Amino acid sequence: MPEPTTAAVPATPPAPPGAPGRTPPWQTPPGPTPSQTVGPFYGYALPFPGGGDVAPAGHPEAVTVHGYVHDGAGAPVPDALLEFWQGGPGTGLPGSMRRDGVTGGHLGRNGVDFTGFGRIPTDADGHYTLRTLPPGTPAGLPYLSVCVFARGLAHHLYTRVYLAEGHDALLDALEPERRATLVARREEGGTGHRSYRFDIRLQGDGETVFLEFR
Amino acid sequence: MTTQDEISVEIVAAREAYEKGRADGGHAVHHPSRSYAPYRSSVLRHPRQPLVAVDASGDPEAVELSGPVFGATDVTALDSDLTRQHRGEPLGERITVSGRLLDGRGRPLRGQLIELWQANASGRYAHQRDDHPAPLDPNFTGVGRTLTGDDGSYTFTTVKPGAYPWRNHDNAWRPAHIHFSVFGQAFTQRLVTQMYFPGDPLFPYDPILQSVTDASARQRLVAAYDHGLSRPEWSLGYRWDIVLDGPSATWIEEGR
Ligand SMILES: [Fe+3]
Repeated sequence: MPEPTTAAVPATPPAPPGAPGRTPPWQTPPGPTPSQTVGPFYGYALPFPGGGDVAPAGHPEAVTVHGYVHDGAGAPVPDALLEFWQGGPGTGLPGSMRRDGVTGGHLGRNGVDFTGFGRIPTDADGHYTLRTLPPGTPAGLPYLSVCVFARGLAHHLYTRVYLAEGHDALLDALEPERRATLVARREEGGTGHRSYRFDIRLQGDGETVFLEFR
Repeated sequence: MTTQDEISVEIVAAREAYEKGRADGGHAVHHPSRSYAPYRSSVLRHPRQPLVAVDASGDPEAVELSGPVFGATDVTALDSDLTRQHRGEPLGERITVSGRLLDGRGRPLRGQLIELWQANASGRYAHQRDDHPAPLDPNFTGVGRTLTGDDGSYTFTTVKPGAYPWRNHDNAWRPAHIHFSVFGQAFTQRLVTQMYFPGDPLFPYDPILQSVTDASARQRLVAAYDHGLSRPEWSLGYRWDIVLDGPSATWIEEGR
């Protein structure tokens, strides 16, 4: 049955549950705050101009990673939000979402430093484009970490984009068919810069491998 | 179209199945299942294959164990007061929402970015595709951000959002809520969630809130009215602490 929605009116005001100075610091919380879907209306709140342009403009080593997000029926997902992270300790410089202190307007990255963080909403066709620098992972095969949000997705999903094949603890533990979902396909193009295709399938045939960190 | 009664039967069945599992010795589940049919949009948008476990302790240099760093210039003071972003005052009940960002052991997470967005007092988003026939408010956009303080604390000034209809089923209404997006020290701590207001009569009818089938976890999504936070002649106070889970990269703390 639905939960009771009305509580008895207390005779005395309840003590505030966590007023400043009253919650002992370092008290173990009862549990994590649960996730909830990003919903359909984040589009005017979370994306920021240049969110997919992680590489400084004109950088000679910039690569493009792009693709589509599909649902279990093969339909494009036009309201997914992808976040990419590839920095390690020390490389995550401030400035992915800088704002002007006077006008509050969006300043964006400073155009020089590499921040390692990208945020891209899929377009009406479920397509995204990331322009970044090749990742450098300290040990093992380099990859981009991806966090997927979408309307209909109650809890975000993590995956990885590997730009090359090779020996890797995660990849080596997967069946070949599943392994292939994490490796981007190099595209031949005449633009003179490297381009990779990486699609994300939330469900069904060719379902992308999603990760759980323990 | 599916009726509310049909959805409510599914909600109760999912909750009872979870509670039976708990009684039989199952673990507590804090997050919603991605496969929660009463939330219809989830049906084609959740993986059927189990997630592949990555042992973070076995790879302390995994990219996911660090996270973006946000600097003071990423936000402005105006960003955390949603009632001052336009020429006039927004309509609605002015509120202060305050709390602390903590990790699973209760330690404050400082200097982290918290973003929020919400409908206006009438239940309308300033979003192109929100066609709910409730008035837009020219003095309210409903977007804010802030960086947590040294004690993990955050504060927003805004107005209480209205409930709004959605098309999950016939006569579906979302309880009033504020969307939150939160970063921690590790990318694995990333969280997007929603904060609700105490005593809302819509709670039992809402598949999104009820997708959290654990009663105490669900309660953690509900802010507490805090009279000590209410400001005289100005605003009503709500307190809501946010606790992140996921393996945290305590080893990078030194560098910050
Ligand atoms: Fe909403």
